[in-house]
Amino acid sequence: MAEPTTDVIQGTLDMLILKTLSLEPMHGFGIARRIEQISRGVFKVNPGSLLTALQRLERGGWLEGEWRETPNARRARVYRLTRRGRKRLDTETEHWSRRVSAIARLLRADG
Amino acid sequence: MAAWRQLAFGVRRLWRSAGADRDASDEVAHFLAEMAAAYEARGLSPDAARRAAHLDVAPAATVEALRAYGWENVIVTATRDLHFAMRRLRAEPAFTIVVALTLAVGIGATTAIFSAVNPILFASLPYPNANRIASIVEGRADGGQNGGTFAFFRELAERSRTLETIAVARLWQPTLSGAAEPERLDGQRVSASYFAVLGVAPAIGRTFTASDDRAGAPPLVLLSDALWRRRFNADPAIAGRTITLDDQISTVVGVLPASFENVLAPAAEIWMPLQYDMSEGRAWGHHLRTVARLQRGATARSAEDEINALGLAFIARHRDAYGPTKFVVRRLQDEVTRSVRPALLLVLAAAGVVLMIACVNVTNVLLARGVHRRAEFALRAALGAGRGRLVRQLVTESLLLAAIGGAAGLAVAAGGVRLLVALSPPELPRIHAIGVDIVAFVFGGALATAVAIAVAIVPALQAARSDLQYGWRRGGGGHHRTRATLVVAEVALAIVLLVTAGLLLRSLDRLFAIDAGFRAPGVLTMQVQLVGRKFSQPRVAYQFFEDALDAVRQVPGVTSAAFTSQLPLSGDRDEYGAHFEATPERQAESVSVFRYAVSPGYFETLGIRLHDGRSFDDHDRAGTPLVAVISESLARHRFGSDSALGHRVRIGPFDTAPYTIVGVVKDVKQVSLALNDADAVYVPASAAAATIRSRDGEFGDTVMSLVVRTRDDAPAPAAAVRQAIWSADKDQPVVRVARLSDLVAASASARRFALLLFEAFALAALALAAAGIYGVLAGSVAERTHEIGVRAALGASRADILTLVVRQAMTLAGVGVAVGLAAASVSTRAITAMLFEVSALDPITYAGVVVLLTAVAAMASGVPAWRAVRVDPATTLRAE
Repeated sequence: MAEPTTDVIQGTLDMLILKTLSLEPMHGFGIARRIEQISRGVFKVNPGSLLTALQRLERGGWLEGEWRETPNARRARVYRLTRRGRKRLDTETEHWSRRVSAIARLLRADG
Repeated sequence: MAAWRQLAFGVRRLWRSAGADRDASDEVAHFLAEMAAAYEARGLSPDAARRAAHLDVAPAATVEALRAYGWENVIVTATRDLHFAMRRLRAEPAFTIVVALTLAVGIGATTAIFSAVNPILFASLPYPNANRIASIVEGRADGGQNGGTFAFFRELAERSRTLETIAVARLWQPTLSGAAEPERLDGQRVSASYFAVLGVAPAIGRTFTASDDRAGAPPLVLLSDALWRRRFNADPAIAGRTITLDDQISTVVGVLPASFENVLAPAAEIWMPLQYDMSEGRAWGHHLRTVARLQRGATARSAEDEINALGLAFIARHRDAYGPTKFVVRRLQDEVTRSVRPALLLVLAAAGVVLMIACVNVTNVLLARGVHRRAEFALRAALGAGRGRLVRQLVTESLLLAAIGGAAGLAVAAGGVRLLVALSPPELPRIHAIGVDIVAFVFGGALATAVAIAVAIVPALQAARSDLQYGWRRGGGGHHRTRATLVVAEVALAIVLLVTAGLLLRSLDRLFAIDAGFRAPGVLTMQVQLVGRKFSQPRVAYQFFEDALDAVRQVPGVTSAAFTSQLPLSGDRDEYGAHFEATPERQAESVSVFRYAVSPGYFETLGIRLHDGRSFDDHDRAGTPLVAVISESLARHRFGSDSALGHRVRIGPFDTAPYTIVGVVKDVKQVSLALNDADAVYVPASAAAATIRSRDGEFGDTVMSLVVRTRDDAPAPAAAVRQAIWSADKDQPVVRVARLSDLVAASASARRFALLLFEAFALAALALAAAGIYGVLAGSVAERTHEIGVRAALGASRADILTLVVRQAMTLAGVGVAVGLAAASVSTRAITAMLFEVSALDPITYAGVVVLLTAVAAMASGVPAWRAVRVDPATTLRAE
């Protein structure tokens, strides 16, 4: 754990969740763990924010939740991306890339 | 689309709220377990892993956040708050009932009164462009007013430029006969323009035209909707049918709409053209109501100026027929409400004061309760309840209280309106337009709710803001001062109402102590109206009355009986010009007098004392010299200290034969107990009948009131007297049977009505003030139980402690009384017009009210004081 962790950049949590779920359906903790892993521990997801974001995305129709029994008799809610969610992921990704390259250009500019 | 999805989610969750709650906690629990497992996989002990996961996830807050999401959650929490509030209110029934009742009284009373006052005073009359309808009356020098004359009506109709249309009307009471039993109707004789002035179109048929309204034109009538339904089965083909009125065949020309409200004569159900006969000097009688529709752009003021200018010229041209007069033009609405406006505004103010006292009381009770609950809120804040949550809880409680109080208030208002209408004096106009006014109810309810909410959230805000220890300490003194101020205000307001009610009560007392000029107890009165062509001969009519009188005198229990053309305090108002001839000492003079055509025995039957000369006897009949008896005030006015006997006076038209004055009797109140309008001339009915020249109408006394004196405290033999009259002629309607003492009481009904309302409000104010004083003292005693215990332990006697508590109450009451007396001395100026022989600063009333309120304050403080005395020091001290 050498690298310091940081909270997810403001406003990107939805996009990260959608991206993660585009790989495969998973439950809340799975999403958090996957984000940490892929970002190599740079981003740490606040569980409260994540779970409320999942609820919001589901009610917005971008995700679909489903209860599954886990081996140790707990109920786990597994989320899956909907078509609507996939479309939103595409537009958000595009917006994000445009913004990132703009910022990169600004930072590179000298004089 | 998105909104629809939100709605669907929300509804589904409301449907299964328990399941939704479990889902949230399950998901968080699963997350927690996975996280702990992950920590354990990294090498932490199971305990440490669970703790670390708890710190990360903060499960309680997260579950709460998940549950709080979504619009439906507002409903869920509101329902929960409501359940909780209901539990709290049910746990404190005394508190709930006191607040709800207080609100109910305040809201209900204000709503009821405003509901009654609004249509009468503020809503415009139910006519198109009602603001342009004006009433024209003639002002007398003594401040009273006379009706208009037909002559001046014609003058105005011809010459006025400020009036668009003008009409005159007089009351008319025809008897409708036919298949059913004869019925005496209330109606009006109106000039053809009457309905045009009011702007009313008939529902069936037509109204009158100018050609209908000529002397000698065929008799036509219009019916009210109610009469049309009651007597004619709502016959759609009524127009053109004939009916029998006063033995005369009349043709119905139309029916007025059900919505037509006739404010000039609310009871009228039938109308006939005036068909005025100008030929016999009748045009100069002041007995018509005059109404007009102003030209667009004209005001009552400009019309009044014009009419006075026209009037001056007119009077100059007809100097011998028309006395000096000032014409007064008012909006019809002002004219109709003139007599009741001050009283109604006053009653409205009184209701407002009661609402204020109610609000003060609710404030007091809630503040006291807030102090007690401070500990509860501090505890709940410490356990994590947010400030918003506490405030929401309290607001819910207040709203629930306000809703209960408001619902009860609506019931009070509905009952109150019904009671008001039932008790209202007959002169209250537009009584049928009165119903519960929703705007007033909403206003009163909103005000009370706002007060309740504002006061209720104070303790919650305090609990949330201040450090947690604050609530655990004993209640502070700041609230106490607020509450003391409120009690002072309450006492002061109660004083104002009590003083007002007291002054009205004393006025009424004085009024009933007034000598009406006759002895009312034991006198039965009724009106007999002659119906039939055979009575168009005055002699025949008089013969009937004499026969009837003979029969009535035979009825057991009757000691004397007489007839009169008008009855005191019955609403009869028959005024004529009395013209005195010039004498060596005095110029000729005309004055307006009440004319009574009476049978011999009238003065004796009513107990009117003879001052001078003689009264009438059986020799004063047709063919003998004409004699008259005048009232004391008229004799004094005309002859001063000289004797009136032997002088001559003409009544009505100038060219009639003069009467010789043979007697002077005591003044009699004719119109009202409070008015001094006693100029009167009495003439023998027999002689009057002999001199009548007119066709049938104004001067023929075809309606007479019978007065019957019975032996003391014998039951009034109304039925037997009626049978006796019918033995003379069985077809004559006998109406308006009443005891004279009831007429006297009814003549004070407006004052009595105002008094009744004020008494009710004053009692409510007194009760609320007592409750307020009690509430504050009980609260402060409860807070000081500890202190009192210590004092007792240190040797304070019971008397010391009693003095301590009662003195506190009396100080508050004393300040309130002082403020209230000052306020009352100013505010009672508004009711001077309603007082009768009582000063607005009547010391007896003020002193009485102070004593009453002090006594109530003493009683209200007695209970808490007694409780304080009985505190066992050992218990209090141990309780610490």
